[in-house]
Amino acid sequence: MQKLLLLGDEAIAQGAIDAGLSGVYAYPGTPSTEITEYIQDSRIAKERNIHRQWSSNEKTAMESALGMAYAGKRAMTCMKHVGLNVAADAFINAAITGVNGGFVVVAADDPSMHSSQNEQDSRVYGKFAMIPILEPVNQQEAYDMAYAAFEMSEKFNVPVMIRITTRLAHSRAGVVRKPLLEERELSLPKDPTQFVLLPAIARRNYKKLIETRPDLEKLSMESPYNSYADGSDRSMGIIACGIAHNYLMENFQERECNYPVLKLSQYPMPRKDIERMVSECDSILILEDGYPVIEELLKGYQEAGTPVKGRLDGTLPRDGELTPNIVANALGFPFEEGAPVPDLVVGRPPAMCKGCGHIDAYKALNIALEDYGPGRVFADIGCYTLGALPPYNAVNSCVDMGASITMAKGAADAGLTPAVAVIGDSTFTHSGMTGLLDVVSEGTPITIIVSDNYTTGMTGGQDSQALGHLEQIIAGIGVDPDHIRVFKPTAANLDEMVSIIKEEFDYPGVSVIIPRRQCIQTLRNKSLVLKVKELGL
Amino acid sequence: MKSDIVLAGVGGQGILSIAATIGMAAVDKNLHLKQAEVHGMSQRGGDVQSHLRVSSKPIASDLIPRGKADIILSVEPMESLRYLPYLSKKGWLVTNTTPFVNIPNYPEMEEVMAKIAEQTNHIAIDAEKIAVEVATKRSSNIVMLGAASPFIDIEMSALEEGLRKIFERKSDAVVESNINALRAGRAATEVILASRN
Repeated sequence: MQKLLLLGDEAIAQGAIDAGLSGVYAYPGTPSTEITEYIQDSRIAKERNIHRQWSSNEKTAMESALGMAYAGKRAMTCMKHVGLNVAADAFINAAITGVNGGFVVVAADDPSMHSSQNEQDSRVYGKFAMIPILEPVNQQEAYDMAYAAFEMSEKFNVPVMIRITTRLAHSRAGVVRKPLLEERELSLPKDPTQFVLLPAIARRNYKKLIETRPDLEKLSMESPYNSYADGSDRSMGIIACGIAHNYLMENFQERECNYPVLKLSQYPMPRKDIERMVSECDSILILEDGYPVIEELLKGYQEAGTPVKGRLDGTLPRDGELTPNIVANALGFPFEEGAPVPDLVVGRPPAMCKGCGHIDAYKALNIALEDYGPGRVFADIGCYTLGALPPYNAVNSCVDMGASITMAKGAADAGLTPAVAVIGDSTFTHSGMTGLLDVVSEGTPITIIVSDNYTTGMTGGQDSQALGHLEQIIAGIGVDPDHIRVFKPTAANLDEMVSIIKEEFDYPGVSVIIPRRQCIQTLRNKSLVLKVKELGL
Repeated sequence: MKSDIVLAGVGGQGILSIAATIGMAAVDKNLHLKQAEVHGMSQRGGDVQSHLRVSSKPIASDLIPRGKADIILSVEPMESLRYLPYLSKKGWLVTNTTPFVNIPNYPEMEEVMAKIAEQTNHIAIDAEKIAVEVATKRSSNIVMLGAASPFIDIEMSALEEGLRKIFERKSDAVVESNINALRAGRAATEVILASRN
């Protein structure tokens, strides 16, 4: 079959397409974005009209995908690790409903926080939901797993999680395709009550989920993705999860590996393999690109038993992603580094683009706030979060999607006025609208700046659900139209912007200010430019 | 053969096009390849790197271990120094000399160039100047690929074929312009090497 050069993300996308996918549902988030983008650009996806539009947030994405699986078709939802927090309610309960068509959840974790606010490990969520987790070691396995996961989901009546980390998501390698499968026909669940999680039914479904445990463990034992390589030196056994196996093997390119190694890429853990390693080896080293999930499980709270080495005892750093060198250190292998980084090399933090509308909005906001003092701007997740850095130093919080509006509300309730929220258009429709309703219901006097650039900027310019009806949404939620103020953020408009912001600071109710200018990164996106023109924006 | 290359630059400078060209050539030659890219927040004017590994044998890690890189290929001079811990003692540092200044505390250029000159194996060329002469300014990343090509065990013809495949959707003129950039970069390095012998 054809060999393609694919990112880990793209390999998952191609695997899902080839497995007969009927719909992908997602909200952009690094490092998961390229999965959906690949399907959006795919010729097969276009021919088959596979659903591939962006969703408003991860929860709506998860639920829509579950609905497609209810209707008997194969559905996938993709998100970054923190997106799974947003979708968690639907996610955990999807394990209780079970599926009809295959249902795959892809969670892309970001250890070392390259583009994230934490490095939570989605395997914990998978275990929490009691579903199988697949953790590919490379791009080919990512493809193979996505291809196989739907059938696994259908056979065991559970959602299946594919968990990757940034390095695999954004690393390219050759992938060999399998035959393209037909999509499944529309079909209703055999039991019409299966998805009705009333307590009586949920209790019944939950028992069934518990009953699948032995089958899922057996599946992990027989999995082509898990393997136990015996070794003559049993002073130490090594468990290497997902991509960590690559870093381990990198250290055995020029030397023989005599330690027994369990390559672990499918969970729940293959119990017999673990028992074998525990009984045969004097100690166990555990390599995980994320939290010490398996390590904690094996270590337990008792000092007795086989010594376990990893992130918890200092053999590996407690946080951050693994690298070949970190693993070399854990193995006690010396290596010779190149020259140190010269002192003159300085940091080059990411920054808002030259000419970006957010910059002009911040300049105006900073001037308008001069009379009030610092510490009153609650920002959100997006390019405008970079306003926290010099020279702007314009914002005081960035926590989670939508938190700007609600944190400003809480601070205003505590007596901080003016309290200001700064949120982007796409983040507003993702998770800001419900918070705005709280603010409107109580008439909390805060000033909300929805910095509208018509797109989801930070992740590369995906569609914004707010496009074309932002003011209608805001007015519909109940903000007085007189206090919805729209302007174009440019250097020439600075004085006007400052006076508008000051006016709204003086208003003792809910104000929404919309600085509106297209993201300069999207100016070459012809269809967006045309749409903006059609909308008369 | 084996080439472990750290590609370095600033978000938006086109290091992924360099990686794609080598990647295309490697796939055509049935070589194994792994290429770790940086997407997301750093692309907004931050420092970016890509680890590109090409080998006739299967490759384990997506990341190059420190001290093992054969080449640092940088489209920006200060960025070339950021990855020195990755460069092997016998490796080559190949860099553009035109700085990308988007920070207030960019170091003195003379000091940057002096540090580059301290490296045993280094090539420093003004890729922008060469690109403007033989192609367009936008092709300076491909000039840098040409400048590094003598140290990569892949024939020029394969790299040219890679460029053709990547840019053919744009136009023949764009393909030719990039091939010119590639050749000019290689010639610049050959001149430097000859002058040192």
